[in-house]
Amino acid sequence: MKYENYIKMEFPSKTANESMARSVAGVFAAQLDPTMEELGDIKTAVSEAVTNCIVHAYPDCLGRILLRCRILDKNRLEIVVRDWGRGIEDVEKARSPLYTTGGEERSGMGFTIMESFMDKLTVRSRPGEGTTVVMVRVIPQRTKKS
Amino acid sequence: MKLEKKYSDGHLALSLEGELDQHTAQGLFREMESVMDRYLPRSCAVDLSRLSFMDSSGIAVVLRLRKKAGENGIKIWLEDPSPQPMRVLAASGIGRLVKIENRKGSVNR
Repeated sequence: MKYENYIKMEFPSKTANESMARSVAGVFAAQLDPTMEELGDIKTAVSEAVTNCIVHAYPDCLGRILLRCRILDKNRLEIVVRDWGRGIEDVEKARSPLYTTGGEERSGMGFTIMESFMDKLTVRSRPGEGTTVVMVRVIPQRTKKS
Repeated sequence: MKLEKKYSDGHLALSLEGELDQHTAQGLFREMESVMDRYLPRSCAVDLSRLSFMDSSGIAVVLRLRKKAGENGIKIWLEDPSPQPMRVLAASGIGRLVKIENRKGSVNR
């Protein structure tokens, strides 16, 4: 797939890295000149995806998380959050609102928020092999590109 | 993540400042819980105007606070959420369970 720009980074599944991951995605997205609301939506979706990796993919250990942000054609921002953790048995069930295996510390709203804040959400997972979340958000062009 | 608390005449005013995510949620909830236990107020307002970021970890904190308040007969509500937290609150539909007040008028969604 053609892209105009990208970043790729890997970090361990520590909660301290959540704010770093969403900030990096936000700074990368800023080149598309998003509104404050669009920027907030992107950062929130990244935070949800990374939190899922930390809480669900690697519940008892530290593991690798990959964050890749790309600007595709027509001002589409694509964000991939990937882990190599325990995977999801039933993706459809995991995506349904209020469903969680994380106890009362989790609300079960993570995928619902990713879905409603981004234009497209794809979740690929295999038990024992990990999960890849791909999110796309279109940022309408407001300023002329130089 | 900073928590400010003011207690007066049966009312506990809590104010959150900073970013609320999985990293900060557990410590924040424990702190709020212990403040509630210490004062046992009749009512508790949680000011979100200085909360610059919140994800669904914050929804879980609000749900746990609501449960805690319900068990202790404390009336609880949220006040003046800034725009990003308000979008998360609205997407979650939590306004059906906890009143969200903005001092210009109610925006309970």
